[in-house]
Amino acid sequence: MASKAPERPETLASGQVPDRAGMFGEYGGRYVAETLIEPLAQLEAAYFKFRDDPGFVAEFEADLSHYVGRPSPLYLAQRLSEKYGGAQIYLKREDLNHTGAHKINNTVGQALLAKRMNKTRIIAETGAGQHGVASATVAARLGLECVVYMGEEDIHRQAPNVYRMRLLGAEVVPVRSGSKTLKDALNEALRDWVTHVDTTFYIIGTVAGPHPYPVLVRDFQTVIGREAKTQLQEMTGSLPDALVACVGGGSNAIGLFYPFLDDAGVRMFGIEAAGLGLETQRHSAPLNTGRPGVLHGNRTYLMEDENGQIIETHSISAGLDYPGVGPEHAWLKDIGRVQYESVTDEQALAAFHELTRVEGIIPALESSHALAYALQLAAKMTPEQKIVVNLSGRGDKDINTVADIEGIEL
Amino acid sequence: MSRIQERFDALAGQGRKALVPYITAGDPHPEQTVALMHTLVEAGADMIELGVPFSDPMADGPVIQAACERALAHNTSLRDTLGMVRSFRQRDEDTPVILMGYQNPVETLGTREFARLARQSEADGVLTVDLPVEQAGQALETYREHGLDTVFLIAPTTSEARIKKICEASSGLIYYVSLKGVTGAGHMDISEVKNKVREIKQHSSLPVGVGFGVRDAESARDIASIADAVIVGSALIRQIEAHLSDPDSMKKKVADLLRDMREALDLDIPEADLSATNS
Repeated sequence: MASKAPERPETLASGQVPDRAGMFGEYGGRYVAETLIEPLAQLEAAYFKFRDDPGFVAEFEADLSHYVGRPSPLYLAQRLSEKYGGAQIYLKREDLNHTGAHKINNTVGQALLAKRMNKTRIIAETGAGQHGVASATVAARLGLECVVYMGEEDIHRQAPNVYRMRLLGAEVVPVRSGSKTLKDALNEALRDWVTHVDTTFYIIGTVAGPHPYPVLVRDFQTVIGREAKTQLQEMTGSLPDALVACVGGGSNAIGLFYPFLDDAGVRMFGIEAAGLGLETQRHSAPLNTGRPGVLHGNRTYLMEDENGQIIETHSISAGLDYPGVGPEHAWLKDIGRVQYESVTDEQALAAFHELTRVEGIIPALESSHALAYALQLAAKMTPEQKIVVNLSGRGDKDINTVADIEGIEL
Repeated sequence: MSRIQERFDALAGQGRKALVPYITAGDPHPEQTVALMHTLVEAGADMIELGVPFSDPMADGPVIQAACERALAHNTSLRDTLGMVRSFRQRDEDTPVILMGYQNPVETLGTREFARLARQSEADGVLTVDLPVEQAGQALETYREHGLDTVFLIAPTTSEARIKKICEASSGLIYYVSLKGVTGAGHMDISEVKNKVREIKQHSSLPVGVGFGVRDAESARDIASIADAVIVGSALIRQIEAHLSDPDSMKKKVADLLRDMREALDLDIPEADLSATNS
């Protein structure tokens, strides 16, 4: 399955959105307290300079090859495809990256930026712990101090990742405010940043937050889609018919989708977490059920009550348990380029087992959402058609959760 | 003339500085807020900053976050907050009230509807923490149309070019954030604050209030020596937090702290002038 590396880009700059104010249509922007305006402007200036700097781009690409282990394989899941009797299902194996998920693509990029901006301290928020681990990893590698904010609830759900972060030398700070999950960790990280803005670089883990984070994280993640495009063309001589990725904040999905946006024949499906069901209010599907509003520095679809208070979300996967979504997804939904669907905890869990047993790959519960939808979709397609599913992370971190649900004591 | 401007003019005439307490609407209970506002005025408040509770107050420290959580436990909404201002006005037509909060509840109600209700309740100004001047365009117009003052924050990190832009969009007063941090933090550098306030005053004739690090009578007096208004929030809310089960001593403790600050602010004002104000 070895494939040639895709063409090395000269620049990470991409596309016509967002505009100069960081707006994707009416979404995005920079809705933050005044103290953060200047640091964000500095970050924007630094990023827009370095993304066109061949030295920076080359260093990023080299790190992706030698440290992350890219390109990640594109794997034809043959038994799975045959079993569902429809389209050929290809898996983009982001789970095989160093640290086990797509998150590392972004943290490697932001860490290089932090170094160039002479910051000595890294902070990050994390939900499932994958972004926290990826941040702690790059901080260890560069010898930077690292503090990770994590909701107390998530700390219990993701104990192995918490220990990993501590092994890597990071301080994991439990967040006890609000719903004690990812959104509150983000609030706490923003507060830390406001307080230590001179020394600290805030590595946001997804394509949300104030401008320039949504564009910066996207640019670091589009390597997923660029590789997938080259790989599939090499393997089959054609483009995929459909792409499927899970959407929490939406970084793995944007990473896969972005390089295909202009390919009109490629349908795209972003899969949100329907939790216990969209009708139960116990889910994390703002694009399916929410309204536009302002949270965490950007305008986007949100899960909120009738008074504009953000409501608690639920998903079996901590990485999708977030009441907002990246502003570019909000825009892609409105213009109809991407179709946003949802998958319940139960369906995701079934897909988790299915891939494990049929292909010998244990997927993250986040990625299992994408997979569950892809299996439904494939069954309605023909064997000449091709689906690429972003297998955004590996499932080792989730085995405790799964065992718990199934009443198994480890 | 706006109520805020009137009050600042009157204070300036007496050589006094404004004391501006912040409390969160609905904390600890929606039924206590209006009484607490009157208590603040009796203890020496010149105007009141009334916080609109939000589930994710990212610019606030743990003390105000907890206040928001207590208020939201009773479902205190933006509409409820405006209702509290309206009841406050039944007994107090003079003390300006500035609504301080976050953008999402405002948008959910609708900016225009919010402005209309705020006017109707006789609130005087709006400060939206996460609506920087660049994103505020339309809201600014709407607020002005409804006679509401538009208050913005300036931070230690704000560049001179932005200070100018913010001054142009501001009315009523300008709120200088005394430190890099969240509300209730404690590492304010008074000489740095002094320089920045001076810089702001080069671009605006509006009064400048300073907040985020005022803890006690002494820090209040330090601020008063360099600014037109002293804004105090977390220190008062700590008193609320410490006396949740006993509303009477809560009110007393809040009033005591504010009165200490008032006295510290007025130390150099002749007795005769003070009695003139209180009439």
